[in-house]
Amino acid sequence: MYLEPTVTTAVKVLVVGPFGVGKTTYIGSLSEIVPLQTEEEITEASEGYDDLANMPDKTTTTVAMDFGRLTLNEQLVLYLFGTPGQERFKEMWEELSRGALGALILVDPDRLDEAFPVLDLVEKFDLPMTIGVNTKDGTPMYACDEIREALHLPPEVPVVDVDARDQQSSAQALITLVQHLMSTLV
Amino acid sequence: MHDDQEPALELTSELVPLHVIADGRDLPADHEYSRTALVTALDDSPAAARTLTPEARRVMDLVSDGLLSVAEVAGRTQLPLGIVRILIAHLVEVGLVYVRPPMPRAVAHDRALLQAVVDGLQKTLGA
Repeated sequence: MYLEPTVTTAVKVLVVGPFGVGKTTYIGSLSEIVPLQTEEEITEASEGYDDLANMPDKTTTTVAMDFGRLTLNEQLVLYLFGTPGQERFKEMWEELSRGALGALILVDPDRLDEAFPVLDLVEKFDLPMTIGVNTKDGTPMYACDEIREALHLPPEVPVVDVDARDQQSSAQALITLVQHLMSTLV
Repeated sequence: MHDDQEPALELTSELVPLHVIADGRDLPADHEYSRTALVTALDDSPAAARTLTPEARRVMDLVSDGLLSVAEVAGRTQLPLGIVRILIAHLVEVGLVYVRPPMPRAVAHDRALLQAVVDGLQKTLGA
């Protein structure tokens, strides 16, 4: 349960994507601890909520967020934070993105349109990204290039197939993200 | 926004008012503990330990034998992150726990560190 006392550095990666895309499964595949949830308070505009029409224009609600942990060596630990990619969670992103290595964006090839708000948010926070196309049954349905084109991604953003249930496949997607980050260093 | 179409978004409410759990305390401005800050109990627990609220006691007990991140403390105690931060700030104030400062900001530009992450992933998982 506890971290090795020799650990001196923690790094974090955000695992983002629309609801139901497989973030929880993905984190579960890699985490050395049973994936936990944190409850977070978010403040959001009440615009569009009829029942709050007479309330002040902000309301506070609580969301549950997944996270996992993976010790990489005696000194280094990786934290994975499953993060909903929606504009209303922007406040939470402020802190989450601070010091994060980057974002692995999970997309469902059948619901690509849902990925756009997520991409917008990741770009807004200027996080290095890699797209993981969740194959679910392990069989890719589309070529990565087709996905890239559909999402209007620049050529340098890696697009990889990932089976969120599979530990190795999930690790490979993370490795791609970190290698992508290294390639951008001068 | 249509919350009812988002089953994975678990909306929760608390049975005990949060200000009661926090013992009326607010988070001091200089104690914005990040999720990955590491918390552990200090060895010689002073008398202050006897007067802790049940929730602060839970946090204290959880970190009594080793290091845990702030996020893990929140996950394991099932207390909201904001409350956990307030409880930890109080525990630090009375000298019961120590919070190791989080990772340096420049981490994303440290090639050696990034290579260590890649190596760690490859070794741990044989990927």
